[in-house]
Amino acid sequence: MQNQIGAPKQKLSFSDPKVRAWLFQIITIVAVVSLGWYLFNNTQTNLQHRGITSGFDFLERSAGFGIAQHLIDYTESDSYARVFVIGLLNTLLVTVIGVVLATLLGFIIGVARLSPNWMINKLATVYVEVFRNIPPLLQILFWYFAVFLTMPGPRNSHNFGDTFFVSSRGLNMPAAIAADGFWPFVASVVVAIVAIVLMARWANKRFEATGVPFHKFWAGLALFIVIPALCALLFGAPLHWEMPELKGFNFVGGWVLIPELLALTLALTVYTAAFIAEIVRSGIKSVSHGQTEAARSLGLRPGPTLRKVIIPQALRVIIPPLTSQYLNLAKNSSLAAGIGYPEMVSLFAGTVLNQTGQAIEVIAITMSVYLAISISISLLMNWYNKRIALIER
Amino acid sequence: MSSHTFKPDMPPPNKVFGPMAWMRANLFSNWLNTLLTLLAFYLIYLVVPPILSWAIIDANWVGTTRADCTKEGACWVFIQQRFGQFMYGYYPGDLRWRVDLTVWLAIVGVAPLFISRFQRKAVYGLSFLVLYPIIAFFLLHGGAFGLTNVATSQWGGLMLTLVIATVGIAGALPLGIMLALGRRSNMPAIRVVCVTFIEFWRGVPLITVLFMSSVMLPLFLPEGMGIDKLLRALIGVILFQSAYVAEVVRGGLQAIPKGQYEAAAAMGLGYWRSMGLVILPQALKMVIPGIVNTFIALFKDTSLVIIIGLFDLLNSVKQAAADPKWLGMATEGYVFAALVFWIFCFGMSRYSIHLEHKLDTGHKR
Repeated sequence: MQNQIGAPKQKLSFSDPKVRAWLFQIITIVAVVSLGWYLFNNTQTNLQHRGITSGFDFLERSAGFGIAQHLIDYTESDSYARVFVIGLLNTLLVTVIGVVLATLLGFIIGVARLSPNWMINKLATVYVEVFRNIPPLLQILFWYFAVFLTMPGPRNSHNFGDTFFVSSRGLNMPAAIAADGFWPFVASVVVAIVAIVLMARWANKRFEATGVPFHKFWAGLALFIVIPALCALLFGAPLHWEMPELKGFNFVGGWVLIPELLALTLALTVYTAAFIAEIVRSGIKSVSHGQTEAARSLGLRPGPTLRKVIIPQALRVIIPPLTSQYLNLAKNSSLAAGIGYPEMVSLFAGTVLNQTGQAIEVIAITMSVYLAISISISLLMNWYNKRIALIER
Repeated sequence: MSSHTFKPDMPPPNKVFGPMAWMRANLFSNWLNTLLTLLAFYLIYLVVPPILSWAIIDANWVGTTRADCTKEGACWVFIQQRFGQFMYGYYPGDLRWRVDLTVWLAIVGVAPLFISRFQRKAVYGLSFLVLYPIIAFFLLHGGAFGLTNVATSQWGGLMLTLVIATVGIAGALPLGIMLALGRRSNMPAIRVVCVTFIEFWRGVPLITVLFMSSVMLPLFLPEGMGIDKLLRALIGVILFQSAYVAEVVRGGLQAIPKGQYEAAAAMGLGYWRSMGLVILPQALKMVIPGIVNTFIALFKDTSLVIIIGLFDLLNSVKQAAADPKWLGMATEGYVFAALVFWIFCFGMSRYSIHLEHKLDTGHKR
């Protein structure tokens, strides 16, 4: 301490690490900024020479092409902005369906890989090794060109109980249409959920006060079924089903899932599930066997052991890599461009870019959408991860 | 005195060795397992016989045209006829020996690195890394030493897939290591630049990167400077992949105990020497399996160049299947492509697992 006071004031010298650090950082910033300026300048001149006016005005122009699948109303005279929204919704649709299905399938396969049953174990291993080593785009093309497009036409479609029809035009299924009792039904579901929350709170409070357990799950299930059922009896059915019917060469009525959507979700689900299975397997294996034995010796039966001891600890290991798999799935949904499913990349970065020539704007919008999706998924999963993370002293 | 009678002998215990005992323990230990085993057999019965009869028993193996495929199963004649296109794309037939030679050179050149008794691996490896790309470029591209020029638009098939994957990883490695070091730097400006770069590329799908490099790169460059389509794709792939490599390397850097950094500093080593001599050799060795895994991912991702119109293995198959002479051959083509990709990826993933066991020197904590 003493000698520091009397230390000579350092001069600005290159041998001082602090000075060097400043210098390097300044050089870096100057390099990055000048590179950016150089690219910007080149782009400006190039755009001028090609006669492209930059800006986002093109979004308001009329698109003038049809789209195979749109979740919101759309006509050819609608604007490019609406096309963008449709692409975004279609991307989100595939991502959400894919995440749900891949998680379910992945957990089943992952648990199967740990099964003491030799056959099940080996089957799951074969599944994982086969599907994770084939490129997702190849799987998408395979399902689309080799499976769905070679299906028989609507007239000879595979018929599942006269309600579901699989043909080269996709999957035709009954449409749910809101009937008289729809809004009362929605209200009753909300009431049921509130009742379940209240019941769970009361049961927890009683359990902590007296130690008497309450069958929360069964009581909750009963509430969830009885209240909406009563409502349906009072106000009439909430939905009525519109069956698809074969008229001429195609189906009329009902909902149709286009083959592009089927191929894409199927391929992404199968591909991602193989990775999720590995994550689940390593997560469960990471919980030491002593935990199971301790739980069993405390008198917990296999079910509660799994639910209350193994899974909470395994989830801590599973959540972070699972997040990156969800992100991969969201990004892989862009492979739809290979089969022309109308999502962000094929619809917006493909068709709209070709029609308008506004390369920079279109690519910038597309990339920001994916960045936004990535960031929101990782924020959500980080929040969940923090909630279940081990709280250490 | 009552007479003593022996109790009858107990039955022998269940066998614990032999196939019957194994089946009892692993397949039929309780009713649920028995049910699952039967279900598994049923699944196999549903899936395997049709595939076998399609792919082997009822398949057509000999012939030259579609008309020769008379049996119900797969028409492998299609693969035989188009094999050259799947492997080399539109590379001129009489020059394909150059591609073969490049591949053989790589195999022969890399082989010594896998022999554990071979000394001076580092010197040999580095000189190979410097020399081989130059030789490979002139062999494939030509245009010098009396070799005819083959434009990159004629490259295709598995050869193009391999070119993109290897050039991608070779370019991404140095860039990724620099980014990883930058991300762990003490200088805020450098850290921010590296984090932004990494998170940006990791947040967007490769397809949009390829789109960007194919439509925006020409706009970024000075007027009149044309740029090869393949080169554009390669730049996109390298930038994209370097972000993933950076994260893998960062994992290795974080796993090095702090004592190593402090020891290097105490020895009087500056930043670059402590990184180059102490930290990176340990960190890189630790992350080799991770790098192999990113390479597998890259290898699978090369199939995306189909979107910007390059003819890699997958696109060659797609094109061939759309040929009017061979309509309805999509399944055979995709199964073949899947098999090729699978062999490469599965082989590499086995190798990565093997490396992980071999390199595990107890550093991880």
